[in-house]
Amino acid sequence: MPMTANTGPQQPPGQGSQSSPSTAGGVPSTPAPSPIADTVHGPGCSQIPSVPRQAPLPLQRTPGHDVLKGWLRDMMLIREFEVRSMQAYQNKLAGGFLHVYNGQEAVAVGCIGAANHNDPVITAYRDHGHALARGLDPKVGMAELFGRIGGCAKGKGGSMHFFDANNHMYGGHGIVGAQIPLGAGLAFATKYMDEVIDERANSRVTLCFLGDGAINQGAFHEAMNLAAVFNLPVIFIIENNGYSMGTATARGTSCAHQLCDKATGYNMLSTTIDGMDVVTVWRGMKPLIDHCREHSCPALVDMQCNRFKGHSVSDPRKYRTHDEEQHWETEDPIGKLVSQLYATDVLDRDQVKALSKTVRGEIKAAVEWAKASPEPHLDELFHDVYVEQWGPYTGTSLPEFMQRRSSDGGGQH
Amino acid sequence: MARTIEFRQALCEAMSEEMRRDKRVFLCGEEVAQYSGAYKVSRGMLEEFGSKRIVDTPISESGFSGMAIGAAMMGLRPIVEFMSWSFSLVAADPILNNAPKMLYMSGGQLGCPIVFRGNDGAGGQLGSTHSWCVESMYANVPGLKIVMPTTPYDAKGLLTAAIRDDDPVFFLESERMLSLKGDVPETAYTVPIGQAIVRRPGVDCTIVSFGRPVHFCIEAAETLANEGIDCEVIDGRSIKPLDMDTICESVRKTNYCVVVDQSWSFASIGSEVAAEVHRFCFDDLDNHVHRVHNDDVPAPYAHNLEQEMLPNARKICEAVRACTYNA
Repeated sequence: MPMTANTGPQQPPGQGSQSSPSTAGGVPSTPAPSPIADTVHGPGCSQIPSVPRQAPLPLQRTPGHDVLKGWLRDMMLIREFEVRSMQAYQNKLAGGFLHVYNGQEAVAVGCIGAANHNDPVITAYRDHGHALARGLDPKVGMAELFGRIGGCAKGKGGSMHFFDANNHMYGGHGIVGAQIPLGAGLAFATKYMDEVIDERANSRVTLCFLGDGAINQGAFHEAMNLAAVFNLPVIFIIENNGYSMGTATARGTSCAHQLCDKATGYNMLSTTIDGMDVVTVWRGMKPLIDHCREHSCPALVDMQCNRFKGHSVSDPRKYRTHDEEQHWETEDPIGKLVSQLYATDVLDRDQVKALSKTVRGEIKAAVEWAKASPEPHLDELFHDVYVEQWGPYTGTSLPEFMQRRSSDGGGQH
Repeated sequence: MARTIEFRQALCEAMSEEMRRDKRVFLCGEEVAQYSGAYKVSRGMLEEFGSKRIVDTPISESGFSGMAIGAAMMGLRPIVEFMSWSFSLVAADPILNNAPKMLYMSGGQLGCPIVFRGNDGAGGQLGSTHSWCVESMYANVPGLKIVMPTTPYDAKGLLTAAIRDDDPVFFLESERMLSLKGDVPETAYTVPIGQAIVRRPGVDCTIVSFGRPVHFCIEAAETLANEGIDCEVIDGRSIKPLDMDTICESVRKTNYCVVVDQSWSFASIGSEVAAEVHRFCFDDLDNHVHRVHNDDVPAPYAHNLEQEMLPNARKICEAVRACTYNA
């Protein structure tokens, strides 16, 4: 698959200010300000390009050993969580739909590893990996799958709706594409809080993950347009695993060979990244996140990856061959990082085995903890519907894990 | 100090006062800034608050509704103007799936303090697609509140309450009432959400309504008074929460009840109120609850057909006479 980073959008013809000699290096000249610019334009207006539209080049350097080891641990933790969640699903401990993240771990871990902790993250229903990469306690996630009170949403959200506000993880959203305008809104809010309330420069970037199937929803295009018009600091990361459920991308999506072309119509910078290698993901995402933070602008990423399992656990995967799947597994992002760590003598086999054992133990303990967590009391039915108490509704309260954290002296902010 | 101002100015005052009080509040929607709002509700707000807080959006209801909900998840308090609630249908997923359920689905982690407001109901020969009455349809969704002001005083007080509310509020105005004048205090005040009010006291029959048809009910009550039927008109003001206490108290006094609802009859606010009155006032009723609705047809364009289709004063009079024939 093509893994060329930094495929900036083609400038449409006739955009003189961007193709004139003064724009060499991708930095457009600043047009004469309109006399009523302050009142005419919203939080930013794409009619007056003020930021470079070229995605920054990927970094060449590799992060430090501790960072790499942390990523390996995170990816192993996600994989083990998913293996155990599939088991639990088969054992009827978890219900509903279950969409596992096996194969795509490098995407969540690399992207989130390149962001600041207070950069908001939002995604669709294949959300376990993002929540865990953000720091959600696996036992709290597992309890959510089991529909228990100890879950991140007290068992009211389930697999598709993992939230962890303290870790700036804003869901977990079940309707394809629905999270994309919400992601634009998170970025609108952080920009607004910085610029209007605190009267300082934009300081945060939202990572809004979506599947390749979501780009055919109107919500995607409306959010792209809004992000461009308002110069929102949001990066739309298409986790392009080749299939929207059972439909190969090219069967349902125009420009399937080059999803970055979707950004061109919105005058938005974009880039294609190999999502199967966590270091490559980080190298591509880090400068892009920095750029969008500094310039308060959006970007689109075609993050190419493979979904090792089906769309959901009940997917028989008749739309693709066994050989195809086997080939992908040779590109396992965990195996790839392990090989890199062996090759550079960061870890040896015993250390990797020990790490794997630790992770397996942690997830096993999470399963046991989740099993022991009680089902929500029936009173929970009418709790958290409204903040205000009225009629049968009993107001709202934070889930247990957040109460624990705050009583321990506060979570991470 | 109260002055006589238009309904639209009352709305503008509520928004402006809350924006002065709380920087987290902003207004977005189509034409709200430079154009001063398609119906001139936000006149002067761009000049006072600037383009970062009075935000013109493209015609993109699904996108900007979702964007505002995302902003509310982060703790801002957006006011979203729909030029018409008819256009909210293309934003059904964010306004029905995200805003009212965010608190529940996140297990209490993230609320959604947001106000969606705009014109609801028939405007005046706009045809069916622009004449939606969304209240019955949306009232079916748990997690949101719905209010329908009838007077400029309530418009300001209820909108102030809605903006301060921590839950998502759907605020339904009427294009036909925006020029209505009434006494409104200059200072900020709230009208509590979920409290009905008796607009006209009476002893013979209770008429319950919401929003613009309340004015038709008062008109009908004057006609009926000349016939010796003294009606009590209740303006529900809020649909969700619904103030059944005020309604039942009246019905226990009059023993008759007519519900007037500008949405269509099937599975509606009218059928809900009727069911609840039957439940709570079964032994007090001397006849079953009668209902007046939009006729169960798409809103027509022709003036005479549209007037006939609405829950007009003539239909209300007929319903009250039919309901109280055995009095």
